[in-house]
Amino acid sequence: MSQDKEILLEKVREFEARTGHTVDSFPDDPNNTASVLKEHRYLSDPLSPEEAKKQMSTRSRRSFLVGGAAAVIGILGWRWMSDETKTGLYKRAFKFNESVSQIFYSPKRLAAEFPLDRVTKPERYNGGEGLEGEITAAEWRLHVGGLAGRTDDLVLTFDDIKRLPRTEMTTEFKCIEGWSTIVHWAGVRFSDFAASYAPKNRDGSIGDVVNRPDVLPRYVYMATPDEKYYVGWDIESILHPQTLLAYEMNGEPLRPEHGAPLRIASPTKYGIKQIKRIGRIDFTDERPRDFWSQPEYGYDWYSGH
Amino acid sequence: MIWSGILIYWANQVYGIRIFGYELFKFFPPWFYEYLGIPFRLAEGLQLHFFFMWFFAVNGVIYIIYTIISGEWRALVPIPASFKRAPLVALHDAHIVKKLPPQGKYNDAQRIAYTSIILMGAGSVVTGLAIYKPMQLSWLTSLLGGYEWARWEHFYLMIGYVLFFVVHIVQVALAGWANFRSMITGYDAVDAAVSVDKPPIAATEEAAA
Repeated sequence: MSQDKEILLEKVREFEARTGHTVDSFPDDPNNTASVLKEHRYLSDPLSPEEAKKQMSTRSRRSFLVGGAAAVIGILGWRWMSDETKTGLYKRAFKFNESVSQIFYSPKRLAAEFPLDRVTKPERYNGGEGLEGEITAAEWRLHVGGLAGRTDDLVLTFDDIKRLPRTEMTTEFKCIEGWSTIVHWAGVRFSDFAASYAPKNRDGSIGDVVNRPDVLPRYVYMATPDEKYYVGWDIESILHPQTLLAYEMNGEPLRPEHGAPLRIASPTKYGIKQIKRIGRIDFTDERPRDFWSQPEYGYDWYSGH
Repeated sequence: MIWSGILIYWANQVYGIRIFGYELFKFFPPWFYEYLGIPFRLAEGLQLHFFFMWFFAVNGVIYIIYTIISGEWRALVPIPASFKRAPLVALHDAHIVKKLPPQGKYNDAQRIAYTSIILMGAGSVVTGLAIYKPMQLSWLTSLLGGYEWARWEHFYLMIGYVLFFVVHIVQVALAGWANFRSMITGYDAVDAAVSVDKPPIAATEEAAA
């Protein structure tokens, strides 16, 4: 041990003996938060000035080199990754998030409903893909595929839909852009629709949405009559009690820009999934394509709340 | 997270600072978006946000567990009296008051700041969850005042981080090289005579007087 160090140590011991404090903790001082909380001071044995300087420069060099290298590797690594790699990574992250969401998902949990006087006025409009041209409720047809006991499409009229039990709800419509409005909807619960027009189960048997949702096909595909807009839904969300095949909005029949005569209205997913002017519905076990989650747009397929 | 958050926020810019209905400042002015190349990158923002959110949350949890297990929390959390001493620290830093209140590794203003930033991080996770899963977690969303409020809270927490960051950087710059080196290395060289002898004696004398 060098003489310097010995002298310093001696000084420390003398201080400890005199004050009754150990050097690595704070003296009892009610005016010092560190003392009150018994903060620990981590001091090395005293070093000579030369040794201290040497140790500090070694530590500095090491830390700055490691930190700098980590930063450079991070930045270069990110630059080096191609856009395809990144897109794939994000897609996998979305998928992962979806599977985590599905673990916690419960159809019993409902979105908040609001009193009628909270309805947003005027209502907001966004998104006109697949709504070209005009279509009246009388000439509109709904093609339904994947039903039990048949291989061809079932073709329904607007009256067929209106005959099903009517449900009303006042819920928040949330856009992926970040805005939300409160809307009053009327229509048919998708689960009521699927109870009346039973899908074909994965094993080919007749679907029972009430008692055996576990063997139903896993997805539903929906598209506008011209198939220019289309969405895919997981079966759990589409059968949620607050997912409606809506034909009225804020007390009036749906207007063309809001998806007349029939659209999806649901607080379970963002607006991009609430397709307007539905022309076809398919029950399917294959994950359906989805307009906004195509690679060129890159939105989350699930987009579920 | 802030960068991707701004890419998302661009799609619906609704927040600003208003006084008597007059908008003083809008988040954010057009030149800000243009300069940073933010417009029309909503999908990318969402991709980044919902990828890095895991790192943000996991990193925060590991940090909190570490501070508890290591006992480092003793150096970081304030006590009620810290709120009295913190303004004195601020006055000292502004060169208005000469005397700095006694402190440990961090002073009382730092303790409040470093604890707040962790609570803010937790707040960002909670408000984020409330706007990410407003149906499955509708109880949480309602607790925060509803979807619109939770979104507002999520945004202003971000503004809070930016303010913290600005003050942090300025203070680090003012504190000088030795302090910055200690931040990077985790070690600092202190004069044994000064660190051991002077402050405790000064403190005891003060307490006695």
